[in-house]
Amino acid sequence: MKANCWMGKKKVSVEQVPDPQILNSHDAIIRVTSTAICGSDLHLYNGFIPTMERGDVLGHEFMGEVVEVGSTVTKLKIGDRVVVPFPIACGKCFACQQGTTSLCENSNPNAWMAEKLWGHSPCGIFGYSHLLGGFAGGQAEYVRVPFADVGPLKVPSHLSDEQVLFLSDILPTGYMGAEMCNIQPGQVVAVWGAGPVGQFAIASAKLLGAERVVSIDRYPYRLAMAAQKAGATDTINYEATDVHEALMEITGGRGPDACIDAVGLEAHSHGPIYAVDRAKQALMIEPDRPIALRQAIRECKNGGIVSVSGVYGGFVDTFPMGVVVNRALTIRSGQCHAHRYMAPLLDRIERGEIDPSFIITHRLPLSEAAHGFDLFNKRIDGCEKVVLKAA
Amino acid sequence: MSELSKPQIVEPALQRVNPQPRASAGRSGVGLGVFSVGLGLAELIAPDTIASLIGLPKTPRTRFVLRALGVRELLAGVGLLAQPRSARWLWSRVAGDAMDLALLGGGFNQKRIQRTRLIAATAAVAGVTAIDALSAARESRQSSLGELAQPIHVLKSITINRDPTAVYEFWRDFSNLPRFMDHLESVEVSDERSTWRAKGPAGLTISWQAEVILDHPAQCIAWRSVLGTTSVPNRGVVRFSAAPGGRGTEVQVDLKYDPPGGAIGAAFAKLFGEEPGQQIQSDLRRLKQVLETGEVLCSDASIHRGPHPARPAEDHHSIQTKGAAQ
Repeated sequence: MKANCWMGKKKVSVEQVPDPQILNSHDAIIRVTSTAICGSDLHLYNGFIPTMERGDVLGHEFMGEVVEVGSTVTKLKIGDRVVVPFPIACGKCFACQQGTTSLCENSNPNAWMAEKLWGHSPCGIFGYSHLLGGFAGGQAEYVRVPFADVGPLKVPSHLSDEQVLFLSDILPTGYMGAEMCNIQPGQVVAVWGAGPVGQFAIASAKLLGAERVVSIDRYPYRLAMAAQKAGATDTINYEATDVHEALMEITGGRGPDACIDAVGLEAHSHGPIYAVDRAKQALMIEPDRPIALRQAIRECKNGGIVSVSGVYGGFVDTFPMGVVVNRALTIRSGQCHAHRYMAPLLDRIERGEIDPSFIITHRLPLSEAAHGFDLFNKRIDGCEKVVLKAA
Repeated sequence: MSELSKPQIVEPALQRVNPQPRASAGRSGVGLGVFSVGLGLAELIAPDTIASLIGLPKTPRTRFVLRALGVRELLAGVGLLAQPRSARWLWSRVAGDAMDLALLGGGFNQKRIQRTRLIAATAAVAGVTAIDALSAARESRQSSLGELAQPIHVLKSITINRDPTAVYEFWRDFSNLPRFMDHLESVEVSDERSTWRAKGPAGLTISWQAEVILDHPAQCIAWRSVLGTTSVPNRGVVRFSAAPGGRGTEVQVDLKYDPPGGAIGAAFAKLFGEEPGQQIQSDLRRLKQVLETGEVLCSDASIHRGPHPARPAEDHHSIQTKGAAQ
């Protein structure tokens, strides 16, 4: 089969690789119909996540048709059309039973690697380094899905791939980012980053009853999408406007009640602090650039919540802990426990409350994956989200 | 199998243990190191004061000798503080003491000496020499035993989302152990003894018989290798206790091996890698997978030895596979 493989920093290519096989009795093999490039794939692409190997199959946002099931699979059958959540979760461990599937205790065969870096291991993830399991990803014609009775969600035929594909990751991730803000009526939520997760965090904050939602980014086309499609009430282009002044004006001097970091470790900014962070990252002194996170913490109102959806891999420097303590902020974070959000969000899609397909700007065949990565990484041609058609 | 013994006969070494270093280890080495540094500094900075303390004349020659001895003391002291259990540094102190005694003895022939002070100094050095020699001899003995024969001791825990009875019963059937213990090839149970086979490096197979010495359903199982069936005596105890908050069972494994010297010992040590604990922790994680999900989870990369791209397996025989989707 054909699959998009990581071949080194800033290099991906579609290669001929062996077809996947059932390795555990709870596996299913999915024939991928649609898959997408995630912002977090760019962290792999740009070489910020350790333990990638040349030839690793990428992709953790995918959907398709079940073509084979293992002997103990009971809920899925051949021919089912499913969306697969990006965290691999067993459904049986304590973490899964608490609904925290991204912390599954059984799904990372390389847990020892993650323990060396992070102390304890989270779940395994499709196509996301050996640290997180060494699972082949879904930017491919076929993919093996472990725990097939736990993850894949059957989707009705009247909804298109594009309407349901993002249930795999970014829609639940954005939703969880907003949910962690514990939004109350009348509150103002500021969202750093107007990429796909940022757009869905904005839309979710609106769904969850925020009075105003502020989108902060530097690309006018993304801010326009946030305002016109996601439902942001205000936008701030941080290259043109002083973010602090703008937020103070919007919130009557209080600061946002909750701040969402939908940017993560490759944040951009300007000025000397940014230059120092980039230099430290290049010298591998500081793996992650927490520029958006620092600003979100600083701007958040006293006693507010900072919700971190963006991906961080290792360590950040000059973390403003004094702000967190002295102004009683709450920081919440986590890889999305996608399993628990998929069905309720599918209901919202069916009811027409949200149509996630608004973020798609590029549709390419799987064979043009490398072009898709380049477009998305450079934010050229108004790129917001690339969907790859595998079949 | 019925209970073979009562809890009170469990070997003391297998009681619940918390890993901690020997409290007294290297204490005398540190003390002697501090002593060396202090004396060395005094000899370097104030050779005249030292000379008058030990009853030697304050001549340029005495000063030179004392400063030279000061340098030697400093070196030995720093060495000991860095490696307080090193027999080599302790023996270097003994050699230094011998030199000091020889020099002090020579002092008796010099003029302008204070005989009482010189006698007192010589007696003091002789006392220090005795302490040094005893410490050095003790560390030498321990390291000659220790380097190879120091038992490998591993203590690891995991929480499994099943009740203690279920976890106990699975473990008690020793033939299940190879399902999650990576290095075990097989365990055959016959009556009161079981035959364990482990794979070693370069195709080497290590085999031994084990007997259960303690068996309390849903609480603990202790076993040990049968004397004379192995050159690698080993014993282990696994304890099961209900985890607080309804979180299943805490499983604690406590293993001890006494690897001999030679090739088998080296092979055995290699079996457990540089960190024997990591092997056991991985085994426990697989036990958890088997008990919670029914089998050990494979990823495309994990079924290959060593780093391997996370591309689907080309060839995999040890797990039953079906024809790939076309």
